[in-house]
Amino acid sequence: MDKDLVAAMASPLVLSILAEGDTYGYAILKRVRELSRDELEWSDGMLYPLLHRLERSGSVRADWGASPEGRRRRYYAITDSGRAQLADQRRQWETANRTLGGIWSRAASGPSTSLGTT
Amino acid sequence: MSGALVDDDIAAWRAAVAKGGAVTSADADELEGHLRDQIADLVAAGLAEDEAFLVAVKRLGGVDAITAEFARAHSDRLWKQLALTHAAAPAAGERLPLRMVVFAAVAAVLLDLAQAIARLGEPGGWVLRDLGLFVLPVLAAYFAVARRIPLRRAAVLVLPVVLVAVVVNLYPFRAGGDSELLVAEHLPVLLWFVVGVAYLAGEGRSSSRRMDFVRFSGEWAIYFVLIALGGGVLVGLSGLVLAPLAPSAGDALATWVIPAGAGGAVVVAAWLVEAKKNVIENIAPVLTAIFTPLFALMLLAAVVVYGVLGIGHAFDRNLLIVFDALLLVVLALVLYGLSALDPVRPGGATDVVRTVAVVAALLLDLLVLGSMVARIGELGFTPNRVAALGLNVLLVVDLAVTAWLSVQLLLGRTTAERLERWQTDYLPVFGVWTAVVVLVLPPVFAFA
Repeated sequence: MDKDLVAAMASPLVLSILAEGDTYGYAILKRVRELSRDELEWSDGMLYPLLHRLERSGSVRADWGASPEGRRRRYYAITDSGRAQLADQRRQWETANRTLGGIWSRAASGPSTSLGTT
Repeated sequence: MSGALVDDDIAAWRAAVAKGGAVTSADADELEGHLRDQIADLVAAGLAEDEAFLVAVKRLGGVDAITAEFARAHSDRLWKQLALTHAAAPAAGERLPLRMVVFAAVAAVLLDLAQAIARLGEPGGWVLRDLGLFVLPVLAAYFAVARRIPLRRAAVLVLPVVLVAVVVNLYPFRAGGDSELLVAEHLPVLLWFVVGVAYLAGEGRSSSRRMDFVRFSGEWAIYFVLIALGGGVLVGLSGLVLAPLAPSAGDALATWVIPAGAGGAVVVAAWLVEAKKNVIENIAPVLTAIFTPLFALMLLAAVVVYGVLGIGHAFDRNLLIVFDALLLVVLALVLYGLSALDPVRPGGATDVVRTVAVVAALLLDLLVLGSMVARIGELGFTPNRVAALGLNVLLVVDLAVTAWLSVQLLLGRTTAERLERWQTDYLPVFGVWTAVVVLVLPPVFAFA
C-alpha cells in the first residue's frame, strides 16, 4: 500500500483501536495486522512517535503499567478529545469512501454504456 | 525467557536507538518491551531466538528511521540537550556544576578586586598586563580539582605560575614601553599552556590527548564568544534600561559587571565544553570547513600581491602584527581541521585546500621573514623585533614541515596521524618561546 495513504490512515486507525479499549503498543500492532490481514506494510517503530504525538495533542492518555512478566509497559487510552477527533476523521474517511466508491461502482458497471452514448 | 546472547543483542540495539538524544530512556524501555514481546511471539511460533530477534528488529524498522521519526515528533528534545540539567557524559569526572560555579565566581571576584585596587592606587597598566593572571590560573586550578591531580603534581603547576606572577610584577617596566606591551600580549598565552598542563593532568605526552586540548581550546573560544555576545546584549540593555534613573549606571556596568562577567565566562565556557562535548563538535568542523578555503584564497592573493610588489616598502609594525595574526589563524585552522579529521579517511578535497593554504602561508611567512631580517640589519634589535622574529622563525619551521607532510599525505606516502603528531609535538615549542618573551626579553632590553 502507498506510504502516504498508510500515513494518513495511521492516526484514525490507532484511535479506533484504542476506542475498543485501553491497550499497549505491541497489541495495537497485532490488531492492525489482524484487521488489515497483513496487507498494511507498517514498520512497527513508527507507531510510537505517532502515539506520542497523539498524547501531546491530548487525543490519547498514556500511563506506565507492568506487563504480566513484570516489565515496564506503557498503556494507552483514548480521551474525550480523541473520540471527537476520531468522529471527525471518520466523517472525512466516509466521504472519501463514498466518493471513490461511487465512481468505482459506476466504472465497474457502466463504462461501455457511457461510451455508447457519445 | 530469552537467552543471554539475545539479551546482549537487545542491549546493543537499545543503545543504538538511544544514541543521539531523540529517544529517551523511557521510550527505549517501551521499544525494548515491544521487541521482547515480538521475539516471544515469534519464538512461540517456532523460530529460534536469534532468528526471532532479527525478524523483530526488521519489523521495528531501521534504527535511523526510528530515531528520525522520534526526532520529528519531539524536536524539542534535541534542543533540550543544551539545557544545563541534561549534562551528558561529563569527561571531567564531574557531577555537580557547583564546583564550576564556585571557580567562576572566584575568577569574577578576582577581576573586580584587581579593578578596585587599581582604582585606589595609581591607575597603571598593570591590571591590563596581569589580566591573564587573575583568570587563567583559576581555570587551571578548576581542572586540577576536577581531574583530581595529586597535590605534589599540582604544586609543580603552582610554582611556575607564582614565579611568573612575581617576576612580571617586579620587573621595572618603563611606562608605555614595548616590553610591557609584549608581556601583556604573551602572558595569557603562556598561562594558557599552564591550563593545558592542568587539562591534560599528566597525560601530556600522549599526542591524542594534546589534540584533545587543541579541540578544547577551539571549542572554548566558540563558547566564550557566544557567552560574550549574550553578555554584551544583557549589559547593553541593562545600561539602556537604567540610564533614565542613574545616568552613570553604564560606567559602573562597564567597570564592574563586564570584567566579572568575562572572568566567570572563562570558567563557564570551559565547563560547557567538557559537559557538552558532542554538541559543539558539530559546529567547529563546519566553521573550519567554511573558512579554510576562504583563507586559502586570501593567502594566495596576498602571496601574489606581495610577491610581485615586494614587501619592503609597505612594511611596518602594524602590518607585521597583522601578518603574524594571519599566520596564527591559518595554523589554528590547519590544527583544527586536523583535529576534526577522520583518522582513517584518505586525502580528499579538503586536504588539497589545506595544503594550498599551508604552502601559501609558508611563502608569505618567508617574505615577511626576509623583510624582517633586512629591517633588523638596518635598524638593529628591539624587543618587538626579536619577539616577532622568533615567532616567525617558529612559524616557518612549523609551516614548512606541515606543508611537506601535507603534500606527502596527498600523495598517500604518509598518514594524517603523522601530521597530527608533528603539530602536537611542536606545540610546546611555542610555549617555551612565549616564556622566553615574557621572562627573558624584558631584562635583556632593559625593560624598554
